[in-house]
Amino acid sequence: MLFLDFLINAFAFGITFLYGSTGEIITEKAGHLNLGIPGIMGVGGACGCAALNIMCAAGNLPPWLIVIIGLLAAFAGGALMGLLYSFLTVTLRSNQNVTGLAMTIFGIGLTKYLFYTLAKKPANSETPVIHYLKALDYYRFPFAGQKSSLVYCGIMVFLGIAIAIVASIILTRTRVGLHLRAVGESPATADAAGINVTRYKYVATIIGSGIAALGGLFYIMDYQGSQEAYLSIEAMGWLSVALVIFSLWRPYLSIIGSFVFGALFILASYLPVFGVSVNMATSNLIKTLPYVVTILVLIVTSIINRRENQPPASLGVSYFREDR
Amino acid sequence: MSRASTKEPLIHITRRSTIAPWKGIVIRIAAIVVAFLLCSMLAYFLIGAKPADFLINFFQGLFGINRMSANIRLWMLAKDTAILLLIALALTPAFRMKFWNIGAEGQVLISALAAAAVTYYFGDKLAKSEWLLLLLMLAASITAGIIWAVIPAIFKALWNSNETLFTLMMNYVATYFVAFCLVKWTPDSSSVLGILDHGHLPTLGNDYILILIFTLITTVFMFVYLNYSKPGYEISVVGESTRTARYIGINVKKVIIRTMILTGTICGLTGFLLVAALDHSVTATSVGGLGFTAIIVAWLAKFNPFVMILTSLLLAALNQGAGQITSSFSVSTALPDVMIGIILFFVIGCEFFIRYSIHFRKKAHTSVVQEKGDES
Amino acid sequence: MDQFTAPALMLRGISKSFGSIKANSNVDLELRHGEILALLGENGSGKTTLMNMVAGIYYPDDGQIFIDGEEVVISSPKDAFKYKIGMIHQHFKLIDLFSAAENIVLGVKDGTRYNIREVNERVRQIADRYGFIIDPTQKIHEMSVSQKQTVEILKVLYRGADILILDEPTAVLTPQETSKLFEVLRKMKADGKSIIIITHKLHEVLAISDRVAVLRKGEHIATVNTAESTESSLTEMMVGKKVTLNIDRAIPENIRRRLVVSSLSGKNEDGMQILDNVSFTAFGGEILGIAGIAGSGQRELLEAIAGIYVPEAGEILYADPGRDGDNDGNGSSDSDLIDLRKKTPMQIRELGVRLSFVPEDRLGMGLVGSMDITDNVMLRSYRNGPFSLLDRNQPRQLAQDIVNDLGVVTPNLQTPVRRLSGGNVQKVLVGREIASAPSLLMAAYPVRGLDINSSYAIYNLLNEQKANGVAVIFVGEDLDVLLALSDRLLVLNSGRVSGILDARQTTKEEVGFLMTKSHDAPDDGSDKKDGGERQ
Repeated sequence: MLFLDFLINAFAFGITFLYGSTGEIITEKAGHLNLGIPGIMGVGGACGCAALNIMCAAGNLPPWLIVIIGLLAAFAGGALMGLLYSFLTVTLRSNQNVTGLAMTIFGIGLTKYLFYTLAKKPANSETPVIHYLKALDYYRFPFAGQKSSLVYCGIMVFLGIAIAIVASIILTRTRVGLHLRAVGESPATADAAGINVTRYKYVATIIGSGIAALGGLFYIMDYQGSQEAYLSIEAMGWLSVALVIFSLWRPYLSIIGSFVFGALFILASYLPVFGVSVNMATSNLIKTLPYVVTILVLIVTSIINRRENQPPASLGVSYFREDR
Repeated sequence: MSRASTKEPLIHITRRSTIAPWKGIVIRIAAIVVAFLLCSMLAYFLIGAKPADFLINFFQGLFGINRMSANIRLWMLAKDTAILLLIALALTPAFRMKFWNIGAEGQVLISALAAAAVTYYFGDKLAKSEWLLLLLMLAASITAGIIWAVIPAIFKALWNSNETLFTLMMNYVATYFVAFCLVKWTPDSSSVLGILDHGHLPTLGNDYILILIFTLITTVFMFVYLNYSKPGYEISVVGESTRTARYIGINVKKVIIRTMILTGTICGLTGFLLVAALDHSVTATSVGGLGFTAIIVAWLAKFNPFVMILTSLLLAALNQGAGQITSSFSVSTALPDVMIGIILFFVIGCEFFIRYSIHFRKKAHTSVVQEKGDES
Repeated sequence: MDQFTAPALMLRGISKSFGSIKANSNVDLELRHGEILALLGENGSGKTTLMNMVAGIYYPDDGQIFIDGEEVVISSPKDAFKYKIGMIHQHFKLIDLFSAAENIVLGVKDGTRYNIREVNERVRQIADRYGFIIDPTQKIHEMSVSQKQTVEILKVLYRGADILILDEPTAVLTPQETSKLFEVLRKMKADGKSIIIITHKLHEVLAISDRVAVLRKGEHIATVNTAESTESSLTEMMVGKKVTLNIDRAIPENIRRRLVVSSLSGKNEDGMQILDNVSFTAFGGEILGIAGIAGSGQRELLEAIAGIYVPEAGEILYADPGRDGDNDGNGSSDSDLIDLRKKTPMQIRELGVRLSFVPEDRLGMGLVGSMDITDNVMLRSYRNGPFSLLDRNQPRQLAQDIVNDLGVVTPNLQTPVRRLSGGNVQKVLVGREIASAPSLLMAAYPVRGLDINSSYAIYNLLNEQKANGVAVIFVGEDLDVLLALSDRLLVLNSGRVSGILDARQTTKEEVGFLMTKSHDAPDDGSDKKDGGERQ
């Protein structure tokens, strides 16, 4: 049973990365390496929590409305960040790495600021009143109150998997997906075929950022369900970027990959439960595993060098029609 | 003739071949000024700081409120600038080669760890010969930095592995490896190493003076290396065109690996200085994101070491000035990051106006801009 | 004109210039319904530019386009689709990672729900109708060049094109593939499509087309019925009367064997046989011209000698002029020959081979665009000097000399070469290559894009080198120049040497014939007239 508990926990934890990597895959398929994902996930979490805080404080709202508004707020927060990133990298053709890193600096700062503001003491009270965690049970439907790890498997876990599957289908089975992949592979060819490259880049980045932002909300409010969780969101964001490589730019592989990442990340805390004694030092070494595994995948795919497993060909390169 | 009916876009953008230097400077300064105004407006709405107070406090953060604090502030600023500059210098040769190393954070951190390890294990034994200890620390730092930098370079050279993602991952391996060592080294597993007793660089009157000297030497060295040395020249050729490099017989693989060894060396030096001259300790956050900020510093300076002095000063000053706002208006320490982000967006975005020029369609204009180079 | 009698496509007075270069001037052209029209002309005669204007890539400076008798404006590829015009470019615009069908359907918005299986089926139907053999699910990067071309043609057909323009479709095909393509084209014609095929291969023109339109130097010379034409009448129209150029040509003196290439063979990155058993000898003190249609293996041949491209088989032997004592015209004995094949450019230099190479791609290979003149002049010599610091004094002096001697127009030596005009870029490159006192100088299209004065400056430089005893290999495209400048002329045709001629004796028609004749064509003996081969 313990092992099952571990698996369920790993699965649920991995959903954080699943949102992040699905969003990043959609963005990268349009040819944009968005290193602002950690910031975007943070801002998404903060916006979601802020909206939930207001609604939970208001009271008497139907739970489904609270859940939906929370999701929409997080998505909107991420999408706005995505819009900013798109404006800088698509329209102004700024360097993607530099813009992404600035987005992370900005986004993590904004996240901390928003949570700081949420937790600010009101003038007439000793302790701050935080409402957003009241929504936790709504999000954990139908497993709220369970004693096992099953409790984490709420609405957002299913939503995350659904989004990954839908993203997979759109990318591989639809005209929109075909055009999007064409834009990321060769914007000049796509342009010549009459595809609106700029529009695809914008929409993919904005939607991708919105999806990644949901991961921030899930991690901070749902999985961790604590007031301090936002402090570790940046690390989750970078792991999501790693998962993109691990899953070879395929959302359906991300589902499996997110589980592997989740398992590797919480392995250290479960090993003692399984009777394997692990000291704190070793547990830190175990935490390098997701990154080490990602590096290995990167190396192996570059040595095998199959075209299908490489990043989109125009990743990181700005497109300017007249440069052809 | 129905030529006039052809659609011509409202806005036509072309790449500039050249721009007068003063125009570039004016555009950049304008971007920073606009960003500052926006930040002060933001501060007004968020924390109720009047724009004037905002600016006064910002500059007090830089220059202090009296002579004594000015002294301290300016030294702090110089130190922060120097460390940022050092890391940016380490990144520059690789960037010139179009090798996108975003792993300086890890490369410096692992070097700092190596230096700390040397004093941790040999500090007592070599207590009498501090110089030997320092040399050992430096050697260990540089070795560690080189290892961390050259691994992605080897895979890039041999199999063209994506260096951006590779170096990014190496950062986190370094972070957790440091965490691993810290638990091992602290008896109660507290991970708080505290100040290490040995392996302190001499202060020469001021804690930071030695760092400034090292940084200055490195800056000059890097400028000379990039512009006046044969390896630096090869970097420029490889960065521009690997076909040209092959045409004149440059071994591109060798250049990639050699350049990343240099990056690792300077990251190693930085890690050594962090431990031996500043912190005398190491934590998982010793580098504190400077490895990432340095990328922005190097890029903003167009990889010119002397211009980097200005850009690293800009970034360090933003941080320090914004920090003052935090304490003056007792707001979250996160607000400075938000403001730095906004200013960066403007500075990054304004490059567009330097690289491209925008033409608006003139009315009743019938010619069509369609030329796409000559026939081949 | 009603649309049944009006031509499918009619051009009237089309002109187009790029900067100061006139690509087309006042061209009239007519494509009838259900015919195959060959567009014939030498390299640079403006064929592709003209067709790009029909396909919406370029917009004409002047002139009118009529479709079925109605004047139209084609300002983008989209407009061309609208008028059912499809062009198959020489450089394929395909996404490697996608399957054939995915590439074909890319950008098509026909309102139907996207279903790749249905697309596959439709592609198969079209392919069957015209006799293409293709697997719609195969990925482009797994395909041969001819398969990729098939995809490009299907792409156009899938969009319902009635007018097809093929830009040198046979340049990348084997003779077998070519005859297959021609079968397909005939079926399309029978299906009512109107086809323009750009080519400079005469036998293909005769084999496939109904009528031939000839362009020369951007102008329309004539359109004739293929049935009434012969190879020689077409060649005459294509190359025009011999133009007498005022290029000095000294009789080679004191010639010595410098480079012996034998049985050189190799494939390009597409797997095509780009060099096929190439053998020749180059002598110091003469200019060996290389003629051939673009892409006949010229680039690979020169890059193989320079050590940049590694051929699969054969020998490249270099005779060091420093080592030979005899003056019998044969240069050194065989034991002194150095094999350059499989050597890197660095190793070649270290062997003491004084080889200079002016590549076709000036700013992408020969020079670094963002660097200034001094630094570019330094490319060959930067390793000089014992220390690892660069010595810019000599290169700066040399750069100044090049600027002065060759009349390079530049604000100063610090100007990045990218900002210089084409002629000045070329002077810097040629000046640098000559400055290293080569014993073998190779120049690929050194006057392409240059004005008359700059061109003559380059010819004079090559002649000077010849007088100094350098073996000069000159790859050119203008036959008049090749005939006036070279001592001997090597003709490359699809990677093979189709003749080595005495440039003083041969005619433009003979060279043109050797450049364009099919390998399978019966040997009429003309290429046995190896008047120039001295061995």
